[in-house]
Amino acid sequence: MIKVANLVKRFGDASVLDGIDLEIEQGEIIVVIGPSGTGKSTLLRCLNFLEQPDAGRLTLGDLAVDVTRASRADILAARRHTAFVFQNYALFANKTALENIAEGLIVVNRWPKARAHARAREILERIGLLDKADAYPASLSGGQQQRVGIGRAMAAQAEVILFDEPTSSLDPEWVEEVLTLMKRLAAERQTMLVVTHEMSFARDVADRVVFMDGGRIVEQGPPARLFNAPEDPRTRDFLRKVLAAQPGEPS
Amino acid sequence: MSVLDFDYMLGLLPILLGYLPLTLGMAMAGMVLALALACGLAVIRVLEIRGLNAVTLLFISFFRGTPLLVQLFLFYYGLPQVLAFLTQIDGVTATIMGLTLHFSAYMAESIRAAIVGVDRSQTEAALSIGMTNAQLMRRIVLPQATRIAVPTLMNYFIDMIKATSLAFTLGVTELMGATQKEAAGSFLYFEAFVTVAVIYWAIVEAFAWLQRRLETRLNEAYRR
Repeated sequence: MIKVANLVKRFGDASVLDGIDLEIEQGEIIVVIGPSGTGKSTLLRCLNFLEQPDAGRLTLGDLAVDVTRASRADILAARRHTAFVFQNYALFANKTALENIAEGLIVVNRWPKARAHARAREILERIGLLDKADAYPASLSGGQQQRVGIGRAMAAQAEVILFDEPTSSLDPEWVEEVLTLMKRLAAERQTMLVVTHEMSFARDVADRVVFMDGGRIVEQGPPARLFNAPEDPRTRDFLRKVLAAQPGEPS
Repeated sequence: MSVLDFDYMLGLLPILLGYLPLTLGMAMAGMVLALALACGLAVIRVLEIRGLNAVTLLFISFFRGTPLLVQLFLFYYGLPQVLAFLTQIDGVTATIMGLTLHFSAYMAESIRAAIVGVDRSQTEAALSIGMTNAQLMRRIVLPQATRIAVPTLMNYFIDMIKATSLAFTLGVTELMGATQKEAAGSFLYFEAFVTVAVIYWAIVEAFAWLQRRLETRLNEAYRR
């Protein structure tokens, strides 16, 4: 289980996260939505200390830490409890698809290379890219790169996979294959915290949708409730705008 | 009589080639030492290590800001007047020292740029899976920085091969010094210097060929 209590992050004078409280149960799929610049990505990046939070408590499985007192070992532990999928894929350009997935197992988990490569092959098969095992990122399409990015996160066997706008950099033609893979992970009850603008994904897949604005969680609830009967005027306003921009959506 | 005395040039060639080991030896020793020093300087610059950073900037500024010939004269003729132990340094050692210090200043900056040039998001990805800073450097950043730096570093090496000819001003009989002596004996200056120019040119082309092969290999991962 993951618990975030009163998480604060400032950049200079601006509070990007203004006291976030959030609990995630094992196997839960949470989608975070909200206007740009409201701290959604920062929230994800604070959970694994890619950004150093300014205040708050973080519980990730057996790790419980006051973020202001997190030691180097705590930070490494937090990163091993979480896996991250980046908007721009961030694959290691000097490594093949297979090596990208096996890298953490070899370097961080200290698995023998043969075992790590065997596991990476299993994952490649699950993400449908076994034939691209020896391809370097530069030769893969955006959709394929992001699937490898997700495969790398799967290999970490973390308690939660954090998805930071995983389809936002993709050409429209590749979005579907990435969402399909994410839906499969969701069906396997992989715990996920997803920041996305894909409202249909939020509606169809999430157990809970969290709406953020101005560095705070404004409201949260099951997608049917949040989309059909938002309580806060800011939520209503945001949903009206994005659903108008995504005409395929039933409103 | 033809414009060029080809027989003289052909006879001169093996004599001059005998000095090739010294010329290449100075360049290679200079390159190895300069690389090691440049890596240290680059790390200081990237990590902005307090105190050392300012010294490094001054070092780079001086050795990039003054001609190599001035530096060589300073080491070989100037410093021994103030530092007695330097009188025992011979011309070859002084040349290697000069090449090392001069080129390390340039190379430090290109190595630094290469390290900084590795896509920042890959650093975040490596950290996100729990790598330490040392693992991140060794597995992800340095292999890619090497690829970025190799073309410029090879260019500096090629430059360094040619710069060894300045050793002749310190009384070292290397490729250039030997040519000068031969020419002074035969009075065939044009032939002698054409011959030595062709030798330098051929060496540089050989290394440029090696450079292209190396770059192709290093770029394998980046072909689309």
